[in-house]
Amino acid sequence: MTPALEVRDLTVVYRDAPALDRATLAVPAGTLAAIVGPNGAGKSTLLKAVQDLVPRVNGEVRVFGVPYRQARLRVGYVPQRTAVDWDFPTDVLDVVLMGTYGRLGWLRRPGRAERETALSALELVGMRDLAHRQIGQLSGGQQQRVFLARALAQQAELYLMDEPFAGVDAATERAIVDVLRGLRAAGKTVVCVHHDLESVPDYFDWVALLNVRVIASGWVSEVFTPDRLAETYGGRLGLLTRIGMA
Amino acid sequence: MSSLSVILLTGALVAAACALLGSFVLVRKMAMMTDAISHAILPGIVAAYFLAKGPNLIAGFVGAAAAGLLTVAFVEALQRSRKVTKEAAIGIVFPALFALGVLITSRFFADVHLDADAVLYGSIELAAEDLLLVGDRSLGPQALWVMGGLLLVDLAFVLLLYKELKLATFDPALAASLGFPPVWLHYALMAMVSVTAVGGFTAVGAVLVVALFIVPPATAFLLTDRLPRLIALSVLLGVGGAIAGTLAAFALDTSVAGAIASVTGLIFGLALLFSPTQGLLRRAWRLAAQLPRLP
Amino acid sequence: MDLLGLLTDYTLRNVLLGAALLGVVSGVLGTFAVLRGQGLLGDALAHAALPGICLAFLLTGSKAMPVLLLGAGVAAWLGALLLLWIVRQTRLAQDAALGIVLAVFFEFGLTLLTVANRRPDATQAGLDRYLFGQAATLVGENVIVMAVLAAIALLATAAVYKELKLLAFDPDFGSSLGFGVGPLSVALTTLITVAILIGLQTVGVVLMAAMLIGPAAAARQWTNRLSTMIALSAAFGAAAGVVGALISASASRIPTGPMIVLALTVIVVGSILFAPARGVLPEWWRTRRAAPETPA
Repeated sequence: MTPALEVRDLTVVYRDAPALDRATLAVPAGTLAAIVGPNGAGKSTLLKAVQDLVPRVNGEVRVFGVPYRQARLRVGYVPQRTAVDWDFPTDVLDVVLMGTYGRLGWLRRPGRAERETALSALELVGMRDLAHRQIGQLSGGQQQRVFLARALAQQAELYLMDEPFAGVDAATERAIVDVLRGLRAAGKTVVCVHHDLESVPDYFDWVALLNVRVIASGWVSEVFTPDRLAETYGGRLGLLTRIGMA
Repeated sequence: MSSLSVILLTGALVAAACALLGSFVLVRKMAMMTDAISHAILPGIVAAYFLAKGPNLIAGFVGAAAAGLLTVAFVEALQRSRKVTKEAAIGIVFPALFALGVLITSRFFADVHLDADAVLYGSIELAAEDLLLVGDRSLGPQALWVMGGLLLVDLAFVLLLYKELKLATFDPALAASLGFPPVWLHYALMAMVSVTAVGGFTAVGAVLVVALFIVPPATAFLLTDRLPRLIALSVLLGVGGAIAGTLAAFALDTSVAGAIASVTGLIFGLALLFSPTQGLLRRAWRLAAQLPRLP
Repeated sequence: MDLLGLLTDYTLRNVLLGAALLGVVSGVLGTFAVLRGQGLLGDALAHAALPGICLAFLLTGSKAMPVLLLGAGVAAWLGALLLLWIVRQTRLAQDAALGIVLAVFFEFGLTLLTVANRRPDATQAGLDRYLFGQAATLVGENVIVMAVLAAIALLATAAVYKELKLLAFDPDFGSSLGFGVGPLSVALTTLITVAILIGLQTVGVVLMAAMLIGPAAAARQWTNRLSTMIALSAAFGAAAGVVGALISASASRIPTGPMIVLALTVIVVGSILFAPARGVLPEWWRTRRAAPETPA
């Protein structure tokens, strides 16, 4: 079966230092996948490079077997919550509507159908009542749900989420997990940058261990082992020596 | 002294004083505050002119410093209210003060040589003709005395407070806990910027002052990582730009202020392309060379 | 002169129209610039226009408004591209890049202006009025050029409203949908340049920063909706323009540009202090009432 996301030799360089070094992985379709690794391992960079949001030096990205640019509409994105200014003058529904912009394309305005899409996305994350709330008045968990709803409004098949569980309350975390499982049941694929190692076996089927390079990737039951994790998190010294020898 | 050597020396003194303070302004990411201050001191100078009933050097400096600090205080207050962002605060405060200055000037001092374009352009060409008089004795060009004095004060400020300024820039919390309130240092630095700007802008114009505050330190920032080198290099580049620019202006018979800024801009462009560490060519080359050999 | 006399006066009508047009266009575009954290871009670009005005004159020998404005627009636009490029390619922060473009372009323009003024056919006033804003010299023809520019800018903004909103709120997400940050930034910058072209003759280089930032900053205090904010911002800009021009016309020796900016400052300060939802005083009053009574 064609992988949902296939990344080969992806290299990104920030100011001379590699942020991502020839990352290669293939996420099977219909799975919940986690990308874990220490701070500065290039997890967010990976999601951004996949979507051409940062310039990549090298590498190839295929989504459902075709180059990313041809599959853009089939990819939904949840950026980090802290990436935007929540004092922006707009309300919840308007932000979720942004998810429909991709299908609308240039110049066309959202209409009734798009509003329906956005409202049902809000329903799924349990935020329909707050559709007309100013976004500056939301709690951290509610902000995260709004971003999730916006991605759902994209009606994609592959979802890339950057730390969807960061700084949210327990209720929101459960709500998000339910949404993710619903997506998997509908045959969608979700790739999450994730911080909390403990919950990986509970929430995810597939995992990639990343520290600038991909240390290991595969089913959680096979790959998520103590020695692999030690290599990922304590492996900086080893990496440095290898660079020194090159 | 010949007129040319007075102009050369004046330009070099302004450039050195601006680069000295500009280095700290740059690393504190406050570059546009120099733009704001160098325009907003106009009402301070006008008020001083009004109170002293004529041009008075000391009153002018006091007025300018007061207006500069008022600018900083207004910007800080607006920013702290969280109603607008820092750059919006800057863009609200300095045009208002500048407009006030222009309004008062054209309403009450229409006959005086203190108009907006003189403020923007400056008149370094006349530096040799404006003499400092004590009684009937001439002590030489006033601009040299003023800028020489300002340079010494700025130098003393930076040397005395170097450690505190550095700490307050890189770790404000630590500075505060060690008893150097960053806010206090911030105001002190901005007061020095105001006073230096008023000295500079009567000589070379408000916009060249901004160029001399920002461009040489920005160029140096592309060439070195260390603060002491950054400061030394800024001063060197500023003074070099001022001298080369003045000579070029005389050769081409054009505006001295314009030529000085153009030359410093040119030097910045060269650093942008050819800096051994940050230059675009160097980075492109290194990227190309490194790629196949990544570990 | 009574109010009716003022309104029928030919010169004043031009000034009022010019000021109102500037207020509307800079109010609309300033909203996006301020929300994107690029309010001071207008300040830098207004200064960067000077060498373009001088070069246009030196190359063509013409002082016709469209020619000089074209030069101004090209120079400001190149300045903007250089600025975006410096921020992207070096470790210099945006404010340093703004300062560099502002000061170097302006001063380079000054050297050209000196050269231009040496030509026998140049009278200084011709070029200078594009810098310091002499609204009183506006003639009907100027206002028509400004109106055409304003119409183009407003129509283009309306066409890409949804895309500009994405750019201002979440550029990365917009980019992932296929609305590239690069093309949109260039589009917004181009529109801001058009606003500056309208403003140079009315308020001048230095005060242009206020025209882009002030109306938007004031409007933000009254509403939490982007569309309302844009409409209010345009209204505030136009009101400041008209009030400033009227005050300036009603007494002698009150320059129009500075008066417009001062009128705008009153609107901004009033909004920040008194706007019901976000204003400083209503907020203070609510906190005070919410605080538990403390016995004296």
